Parts: sequence; C-alpha cells; structure tokens
Amino acid sequence: MSRTLVDVRSLKKYYPVTGGVFRRRIADVRAVDGVDLSLDRGECLGLVGESGCGKTTLGKTILRLHTATDGRIYFGQDPAQVESVEAMLRSTDPAERTRGRTLSRTMDLNRMKGRALLALRQKIQVVFQDPTNSLDPRMLVKNIVAEPLTAQKLVSAREVESRVLELLGIVGLTSDHLMRYPHEFSGGQRQRIAIARALATSPEFILMDEPTSALDVSVQAQILNLLKKLQAEFHLTYLFVTHHLLVVKYISNRIAVMYLGKIVELGPTADIFARPLHPYTRALLSAIPVPDPDTKREKIILSGDVPNPINPPAGCRFHPRCRHAREICRTMEPPLEKADSGGRTVACHRWREI
Amino acid sequence: METKTDQSHLKAMHPRLRELLFTLRRFMKNPLSVIGLSLVVIFGLIALLAPVLQPPKYADPYKIPHTGFRAQPSPPSAEHPLGTMQQQYDMLYGLVWGTRSAFRIGVAVVAANLLIGIVLGLLAGYFGGALDEIIMRITDIFFAMPFLVVAMALVVAVGRGLKAVVIVLIILGWPSYTRVLRSDILVTRGKDFILAARASGASHLRIMFTHILPNALYSVLILASLNIGTTILTAAALSFLGLGSETGTADWGQIISLCRGWILGTAGNPFAYWYVVFIPGFVISLFVLGWNLMGDAVRDVFDPRMRRR
Amino acid sequence: MEPLVEPKPTTAGTLAATQDLFTNFYTFEGVVRALNGVSVVIRHGETYGLVGESGCGKSVTVRSLMRIVQAPGRIDSGKILLFLNEANRTRGIEIVDRTEAYMESIRGCDISMIFQEPGAALNPVMSVLDQVGESYRFHRMQQMIDETLARLQESRSAMRPADPRRALRRLQAALLRAERAGYARYAARVARIDNELYQLEDRQDEKARDRKRSLNHARDRTWPHGGGASVARRVPILRRYRRPLDAIIRGHVVELLRSLGIPNPENVVQRYPHELSGGMQQRIVIAMALACHPTLLVADEPTSNLDVTIQAQIVELIKELKRTSISSVLFITHDLGLVAEVCDRVTVMYAGDVSETASVRELFREPLHPYTVGLLASVPKAEQQEELSMIPGAVPNLIRPPQGCRFHPRCPKRMEICEREKPATVEHEPGHWVACHLYPGNGRSAQ
Repeated sequence: MSRTLVDVRSLKKYYPVTGGVFRRRIADVRAVDGVDLSLDRGECLGLVGESGCGKTTLGKTILRLHTATDGRIYFGQDPAQVESVEAMLRSTDPAERTRGRTLSRTMDLNRMKGRALLALRQKIQVVFQDPTNSLDPRMLVKNIVAEPLTAQKLVSAREVESRVLELLGIVGLTSDHLMRYPHEFSGGQRQRIAIARALATSPEFILMDEPTSALDVSVQAQILNLLKKLQAEFHLTYLFVTHHLLVVKYISNRIAVMYLGKIVELGPTADIFARPLHPYTRALLSAIPVPDPDTKREKIILSGDVPNPINPPAGCRFHPRCRHAREICRTMEPPLEKADSGGRTVACHRWREI
Repeated sequence: METKTDQSHLKAMHPRLRELLFTLRRFMKNPLSVIGLSLVVIFGLIALLAPVLQPPKYADPYKIPHTGFRAQPSPPSAEHPLGTMQQQYDMLYGLVWGTRSAFRIGVAVVAANLLIGIVLGLLAGYFGGALDEIIMRITDIFFAMPFLVVAMALVVAVGRGLKAVVIVLIILGWPSYTRVLRSDILVTRGKDFILAARASGASHLRIMFTHILPNALYSVLILASLNIGTTILTAAALSFLGLGSETGTADWGQIISLCRGWILGTAGNPFAYWYVVFIPGFVISLFVLGWNLMGDAVRDVFDPRMRRR
Repeated sequence: MEPLVEPKPTTAGTLAATQDLFTNFYTFEGVVRALNGVSVVIRHGETYGLVGESGCGKSVTVRSLMRIVQAPGRIDSGKILLFLNEANRTRGIEIVDRTEAYMESIRGCDISMIFQEPGAALNPVMSVLDQVGESYRFHRMQQMIDETLARLQESRSAMRPADPRRALRRLQAALLRAERAGYARYAARVARIDNELYQLEDRQDEKARDRKRSLNHARDRTWPHGGGASVARRVPILRRYRRPLDAIIRGHVVELLRSLGIPNPENVVQRYPHELSGGMQQRIVIAMALACHPTLLVADEPTSNLDVTIQAQIVELIKELKRTSISSVLFITHDLGLVAEVCDRVTVMYAGDVSETASVRELFREPLHPYTVGLLASVPKAEQQEELSMIPGAVPNLIRPPQGCRFHPRCPKRMEICEREKPATVEHEPGHWVACHLYPGNGRSAQ
C-alpha cells in the first residue's frame, strides 16, 4: 500500500457560459484551472480560499461528483504506474500519448465507469456543509445512514440495522435516534448523522466540505474533536475545505491556499502560519479576527473585490490586488515551485524578496 | 398543549404514522378543509351507494329512466323528488348516477395525467439537456392546442361518449403536470442530499424514486386535488356542447345539456323552470367546491414554508 | 505591538437602554420565549457588541429595540428608552407604546440598521440611486427642497431676463415651495404632538391616558404630504418639475458613496444590486443606513456572509465611520475575534438571557460566567496546542426552556439553586455585570 492515496494532475473544471441566439459557448467559468495535488494516507489537507476560488468545485470534482474538463485523478494507484502513464501523456510522440490515454482509462477516476467506479465509491465519501440540505428530509435516519450500504449492496438486509447502530454509536448518537426524521434533530446532531453516513462503507478518504460552517461555535468544537478522533481511530484521510483559517489550523497537517482556480501556496500548517510566503496568504492570515483584544497586528487590507472566474487577470491572477506586483507579474503566470525542502511550494515570482 | 404522556405515546408509534397523524391534525384544524373533506366524502358515499339510492331500471345503469315523452320539464313532485328534465328524464336519478360518472371521469383523468406527468417530468427534470428540451417543446406544443378543436377532432375519431371526453381531458391536461413536476425536480436536484446519494453510489433509478420523487411530489399532488374539480367542469362543458355521452346518459354535463332550452323559462315567467337550472348547477358547484377546498387545504398542509415541525 | 489604549470611562450619556425586556413569539407549536428579561445599556460614542450563538436572542433584542419584531412576535413587557438628543437626555423617550408613525420617523433617521445578507436587504428591482435616495426623500425632504430652491435661484439669476427657461425655473420653484410648505406643516404638527406626548409620558392618570391615546391616534393619521403640489406630484408629465430635486438628491448620493470608498460612484448609482459583489452590496446597505446621519448604527452580523478579506474592509469602514460620522455602533456577531477587534463593551447572551456584560478587555481577561468561559475556550485560537474544549449539549428549545438559569443543563459548575431560580444580574466589579449564582453579589440588582 503506497503512501500516496490521492494524486491529482492538472485538474481543470470549466463551466461553459452560453449566450447569443443559438446559445453558443462564449466563455468559460474557470472554476478550477490546472491544479496538482497529492494526499498521503492518514493526513488531513486543508483547502482554504474565499468565495469563487474553486475549492468546493475542486473537492467535488476529485470525488467525481462533477466530471473534470481536463486532468487526471489517481486514487489508490501504484505511483510507479502513475508516473509512467503521466510520462506517456506528456510525450511528444502521438502514439505514446494514445497509449497513455488507453491505460489511464482504467486508472483515472475521471474516466472510470460502471463497476470500477462503484468500487471506488465505497472508498471515497463526503460530508457536506449544510446538514439541513444534505440529509433527505423524507427519509428516516436509519435509511439515511444505511444508504451507502444498500446502494452498493454491501451488506445483507439483516445486518444493516446492526451496522447502523454501530455507526451511530461511533458518532455519539443512540438507538433512540434511529427511527426519526432529520428535522427532529439539532444542527450538530444532523451533522453527526451525515458523518455516520460517510463512515458507513469504511472509506479511506473523506471530503469535508465546510462541515462546521453552518454550526454554532460551541457545537463546532464538538464536531471538530469528533472528526479528529475518527481520523486517528480509522486511519482516514481528509480533504478539509473551508474558509475559516483557525479551524483549518486546528485540524489539518498541511494547507493549500487557492485563489481563482489555482493553488498559490502549499505546505505544512505550522510553517504556513509562521511564515506565509505568498502575498495573498499573508493578507488572508492578517485578516483573521483574533479573539484577544490585546494583540494588535498590522492588517493587510486588500483593495478591490474577489474577482470573477470568468475572466481571470492575465499573468499572475492576484496581481490587481497585490501590493508587490511588478511587470513580470502582469505578463507571466508564476508556476508552483518548491520553496524549501519541507514540502513547501508557492506560486509567486517575487516570493524571495517580499 | 401536549402533555408529557401524549409525547411518549407518540414516540412509540412508527414515525411515518406519526407524520400522518400530524398532517391530519393540521388538516382538521382548518374549518374550510373539514367542509371540503365532508363534501367530498358525502359525494363519494352517494357515488358508492348509487345502486341503493336509485336502483337502476335498465340493464345499463347509466341510462336515466323517463316516464313519458313530454318535452317540458316538470317541477319536483312526489314521483320525481327533484323534478324532471326535458323528455321527462328523472333528475334525481341522473344526479345520483352522475356522481358516479363524475368520479370515474375525474379519477381516470387525474390518474392518467399524474402518470404521464411523473414519467415525463422525471425524464426532463432529472436528465436535463437535450431530453429536457425535447420534452418541454412537446409540452409547449400541447399547451398551444386549442381545446375545442382537439375535442371535436377526437370525437370524430373515437366517437361520442365518455371515453372521448376522458381522452380529450388527458391529452389536454398532462402538460401542466409535467411542467410543475419538472420545476420541483429541478429544485430538489440541486440539493446536497442528491449529491450525497450519488457519492454513496446510488444509481439514477434509485435516486429518482427514493430521493427526488418523494420530495418533489407535493406541488403535483396539490395540482391534482385542485384539478379534479376543474376536470369535472370541463367534462360537463364538453357534454353540454354535445361532444360527450349520448342523450339520456347519467352525466352531469348531459343533464345541463338536456335543460339547455329551458334556462330562459317562458315568455312571461323567466323562472318557470328554475329547478332545471338551479338544482344540477348547485350540485355541480358543491362538488367542485368540495374538491377546491380540499385542494387548498392540501396545499396549506404541504407548503414547505408552513411545515413547521 | 503596543497595548490597546484603555477605553474611556463611560461618563458619556446613555443613548439607548432596554429594561427587563420580554419578547415572545406565539407560534403554532407554542410560545417561544425569545427574550427573558434582557437589559442592555448603550452609551454615546461606544461600540457595543452583542455576542451569542444561534437562538440566544441577540437579533430579537435589536429588532425589539427598533420595534421591527415581526408577527407572531410581540414585545410583552419591559421598557425601551432612547436618549437621542439634548432635549431628552435626562429622561429618555419610552418607545414601546409609541405609534408606528413615530417609529418610522426614527428608523433610518436616528437609528439605522444593516443586515447580514446584503443581497436580501436590497430591493432587486430598484437601482442603487433609488434605494439610497429613498432615505433622503423620506427623512430629509425639506432640506433637499431648500437646496433645490437655492440652486434654482442661482440658475435663474444667471440667465438673461428674456430667456424662456426663466419662466420654467420660476414654475418649478413655485411648485417646490408649495410642496415644502406641506412638509413644513407636517413637521410642525408632528413636533407638536411628539412634544406633548413626551411631556405626558410620566403621568399615568386617566386624563393623561386619554389624551395620549388621542394624540397617538392623531399621530398615526398625520402623513407628510406635498401641500399645494400634491396633485402635480402625481401626474406623469407635470412631475417633471421635480427634476432639479432629483438632481440634488443624486448629488448627495454620489458624494455619500464616494465617502464610503466605493470607486466610480457615478457609475455605480445607476446599477442594480445583482450587478454588484457582496462587499459592494454591503457598502450600499451601509450608505442607505448612513444617509441621514443616524446617532446609532445597528449592525446585525454584517460580515458573516462575506469573505475574510472583504470582512476586513467592511470592519475598517465601520471603524472609520465611528470616528467621523456616527456616535455609537451596536454590533451583533457570533465571532469573538470580531468582538475583540471592534467593540468597547460587550454583552454575552445565551438562550434569551443576558449572561455577562463587561468591557471587552475585562471579558477576555477575566470571564466570569461559565458560558463565557466555555465559549472562549471552544473557539480555535492561533496558538491552539491542545484539544479544543467543548460545551456539551446543545442550545435549548425556547418553547420549553430550562427552569431557573437557562444554561444550567450544560453548565460544568451547576449548583442546586441553578435549577430553581433565575440568577439576578449583579455588578461584580465596576462595569462588569454577570448573572450567575456563583456570584450572588450583595443584593444590588440590574442597571
């Protein structure tokens, strides 16, 4: 079993914008515009960014809830094979590329179909943001939690109930809650039900799409602690999407910062908070309100609004709002390059100087 | 206010039963909905007990018996409690057995409309894309069809009778159901629990029937309950125009058709034959009113904004 | 990193106060006891924070303060006092029983509110100019007409005597003056009624009550109306006499938007809300609130729906406005970090009870109420090392709230008395009030 669980290469997700009389495609909303990411088993990667940056779309595309426009997603594949396929796809020889494409049909989550895809559904699960919307209001809790099992026919009808009870116990609910409807529960309890559902098939990887944003502060702490406990107990891998930086600091090992569809900085959590390299990361961190009236930091107030992913700025996407922008930033897009040996990468032309 | 014992008693029941009781209780709180329900139930009983109330005279129970052939209607009397129509057809018999016809038409039409609407609405709403466009354009075409022209064409094709009426109403009714269901499905489809079901590996069929349909059915049910009343009215209108069943069949539209010539009464006395206009009109109005009130109540109960729990 | 300057001791007068406010919602399932005797005091010149989780009643409190509680909600008992200007500095205006017409004249003018969702607070079919201009038209009509008349006078004197446009200007001025006379009459009448009501406020005898009732009645039926021009105002072509007035209002709106840091305001005023981003929309809402220079700005979670960087911009803006144009800000939020950054004093609420009130430094340095302690401990901090502490349980259902202290089921320091009796609010230290049986105090009761 290799260390790398999820390997995402050059992922793109565009939504066509139609216009005109015949509804032709006139532009694209570039929600995710070329993202490379990899997750190791057992780690929690935090994905942060503001609205419009594409973090939610990225998460859902990795789960194949949206089909990517371009790019490959390798889940649980042998890294050597992945590298060879990628090399084939990059080669200049068209025959090689065709071979690569044929091979990737069985390895790339984006192109799988049928039974292979269903097999992966057992290993990948998701917890959504709003527990009111993510649970079917017309289904009993028992059926909601059992759904992954019954949809994939993993257990027999008799075992379903005992497995559901086991799951409810793991998340801190009781058998009382079994035969009830979601609207009879509080927000925190509903989120626990959603977590129980995610654990039903004993997955390896769970996408957490802002799981605590819709909850009260005191309940948020309960859910975060539960998630941490579950990760340790079941050796899960999380992709934790959120906009709340202090939450992501508490729960994740590494953080990736996204802006307008691209990752601008990536690295271990402690490092990023101690020494943010990208100007956007710096602004983001300085804007977090700190619950301590005695600290006074210098706040970097960004000018302008979060831009529109339909027409991203040329060159570095952040340059219109960046204090340190220079000519090169306006013309050339910075690649994601290594900043040190500890797994830090940053996409900025001038990160060394600022 | 509920007492503690009430709560535990409720908790012990199966949750779906609890839901039903809750819905029924809300339904009963509204006096208008109780009136509507009672009206519908009364008419239902009349329809059910028609053979008892008015034993049929001929082999075909839907043929109204008539005593004599005099053209003018006669007023209510001991022999004919509600009077007679043109050519001495008995009004009471006609109305009682007409209730049965009304139910048959109404239920047949609405059931068929629901079926077509659900199938097409699901296909259009869930799959979207080209299928959606095609189905919606077909729906638009049907919406654009002029009612009477279609009715007459069908009568020519299928022949007179209640069957033609039912077919016409189905053809002209299904587009609304499809549209309404499709829009509800579009709303439901965007919710997170559908995505969660897909992430759980549910097949399209499973998602459609386990998740989407139970959540999207409300508006269509409201439409259906409101529609039964209007369906009957439309069927009556068709019969009135002569496109429905043959003369002498127990069908409300027929009855009004038979009384057509006597609406204005005689030269001196416009109300000479009031019973011929008022009585069937009153009965039909009550029937439609009952269904409308029930439809309103169903809408109030199922309105998501008002479903406070 | 210099320490914050210690906030000025509050010798400034009170601006708004509620006393033992009880607001209930009479719903289908039962009576939701949203506010359980809430007393809050806001002074001139301070930023007051109202903190709590969902269901604690912070929104209901400010809506009661502005009397915009929606049915089935009702303010059942308690007092709300406003001390808006010199005239009522010693004894405030009690507004629980005032007429809706009176409240309308206060809202938007003396007290303004901005809401959580700017997209929902803006009318999607009205342009920005129309919406912000509405504040001017409703509250400052006389002033606007005066300015228009001055402008018309100027332009008339700049024209040659034979110019036909002079006659047009004179006609416009005449109609505007007629309108203004109508407004002036309305203002005078309203001032008379309000004054008398204010004099009669303390008196409870039969005669005073009758007089108050008839005054309130009259107040409700007094509307601003355009005097002699009331007909012309409504007829489509004749309405063009108001063009100069519209131009003046437009000028004001553009200036206001520019002062709020909105780039290109002449362009923005013509747009519709859906064409603007969330941050811009919230600025427009703030512009609407500030158009008439209110004394108190109420902000109901204004940044919860915005991104962190935009939130920083809006918070800076509010701080700037507090320095320059408004007197006090009532800031509602669930984010303790924002409270630490923006507010001078803060009240923590839980399930309709006021748990604790203190200056911000006091609260963070020495939280007294167990709920405040738990809340502060459960918020992830930048230097969080160990596990987050949690408050077990969930916010109670306010239809059947817990007896006694509403926090007792979740309180780690629960005592026997907490289940029976609601704790009184005592001043544990000067300026630091807490309602908890752990601090019985010496019998001094609430402000």
